[in-house]
Amino acid sequence: MLFASASAMAKTPVTEGNNNGGQVDTKTEIDGYILHHLQDAHDFTLFSYTNDNGERKHFGFPLPVILWTSKGLVTFMSSEFHHNDDGHVIVEKNGLKFAKIHSKIYELDGAATAVAFDEEHHATNAHKVLDLSITKSVLGVLLVGLLMLFVFSRLGKQYKNKQIPTGFGRVLEPLVIYVRDEIVRPNIGEKHYRKFTGYLLTVFFFIWILNLLGLTPLGFNVTGQLAVTACLAIFTLIIYSVSGNKDYWMHIFWMPGVPILIRPVLAVIELASALIIKPFSLLVRLFANISAGHIVVMSLIAIMYNLRESFGVVGSTSLAILLSFFITLIEVLVAFLQAYIFTMLSALFIGMAVAEHDHDHEHDAEGHEIADTEDVRSDFI
Amino acid sequence: MDKLLNDFSPGLFVVQTVLLLLLIFLMVKFAWKPILNSLNEREEGIQGALDAAENAKKEMANLQADNQKLLQEARLERETMLKEARELKSKMIADAEAEAQSQANKMIAQAQEAIASEKKAAMAELKSHVAGLSLDIAEKVVRQELSNKDKQLELVESMLGEAKLN
Repeated sequence: MLFASASAMAKTPVTEGNNNGGQVDTKTEIDGYILHHLQDAHDFTLFSYTNDNGERKHFGFPLPVILWTSKGLVTFMSSEFHHNDDGHVIVEKNGLKFAKIHSKIYELDGAATAVAFDEEHHATNAHKVLDLSITKSVLGVLLVGLLMLFVFSRLGKQYKNKQIPTGFGRVLEPLVIYVRDEIVRPNIGEKHYRKFTGYLLTVFFFIWILNLLGLTPLGFNVTGQLAVTACLAIFTLIIYSVSGNKDYWMHIFWMPGVPILIRPVLAVIELASALIIKPFSLLVRLFANISAGHIVVMSLIAIMYNLRESFGVVGSTSLAILLSFFITLIEVLVAFLQAYIFTMLSALFIGMAVAEHDHDHEHDAEGHEIADTEDVRSDFI
Repeated sequence: MDKLLNDFSPGLFVVQTVLLLLLIFLMVKFAWKPILNSLNEREEGIQGALDAAENAKKEMANLQADNQKLLQEARLERETMLKEARELKSKMIADAEAEAQSQANKMIAQAQEAIASEKKAAMAELKSHVAGLSLDIAEKVVRQELSNKDKQLELVESMLGEAKLN
């Protein structure tokens, strides 16, 4: 189902705009709609409808657009694009002209007054600008950040007066303890875990809450944005690279215990693994899982329209509701699972970087090394 | 891949980096630090309390063992004391008996001695008395002999009766 809809998306050129009043009916329109949802948006739209006069009405609110252009900072509200997403509405600010094409804002070159497209639907006379807008995703990040800060600082304050938190804190405390005792401590080790706990706890709750927020009808897709997952993965990369000890770098550049000739080859592989593969796996896993979840849920909802002719309105609608209900349940699990996996792997990578390989082991009667638990752990990671 | 790269928004990346840094900083300062410190403190407190309880239990057991020992000792001591007292009692009784016996023996011996000496004295007196009587009798007999033989015999008879009464 996922692959089918994904490949269908890849093949069909997205044509939006002048259909029957903006209604989403055909397969192409559905693919386009799903694709549009997966992207970041410059305004917050809860739902849209077409009124009796054939006008498209959007229910929601605009968000500020902040651009770093060739002439410096430019700001305006996204409502100035009038929900246009194919580059036909040109906004003029500070003598510069801007158009929005597929959720990306372009600055028109020179004296051009309209966006010209080539046959692959790429703008030829406009270029992208650094878009620092408060987009829907940024709004989501801000909301979740404030929520986390509010809820957890309240929990933190509770401990000043009492030993055991009351109210909602009683729910949060086991979660914090769970992350600390099941994810951070076993993967990093008793000695070093304390200073990484803050980052890992933040990341865990950040991803989890955003994943769950993505399942609400608000339509956030923050953890399905490559930029967000890339940022998270790069944070982990920086943390384990900076805190990696001598042994860790030694094992990357000059692996002990293997023939000298193989060492440079291993160094290349290890370096690629540490600097590229690990963060890439982190960012792609989260991005792909959350995007896939959104695509599947929306595709299943789309059964309502796609199979209307075969099953009738009642049949297709109930099928869509049934299937999307169960997939949404699974997505609730995936929301937690992906937060857990991201945090767990981050902890694991940090644990590998700070693991202490003590080279003077205890030896038994035959001179074999007796492995202690720390060694067994470091062998595993 | 091209599509993915096209979707990648550098602006969002920058904003997310700044926000995440800020969030981590604020969360660590206002939430995680107090929470984790309190949790640690609480866990240490619980561990301490458990250890203290364990120690108290051990001390209690020690105390009980001590008590038991003391009790045992006291019991032993009581028994020895009782035993001693019993011995003392029987010894005292035996001593008293022995002394009483010796006293009684002594008294008996004295009494016997006294009796013996009295008897001797009485015998001596009797002897002298008998001798006197015998002399008197002999004198009277001799006198009577001289007058009447019958009378003499009667006299001896009465004399003897008198002597018996004495």
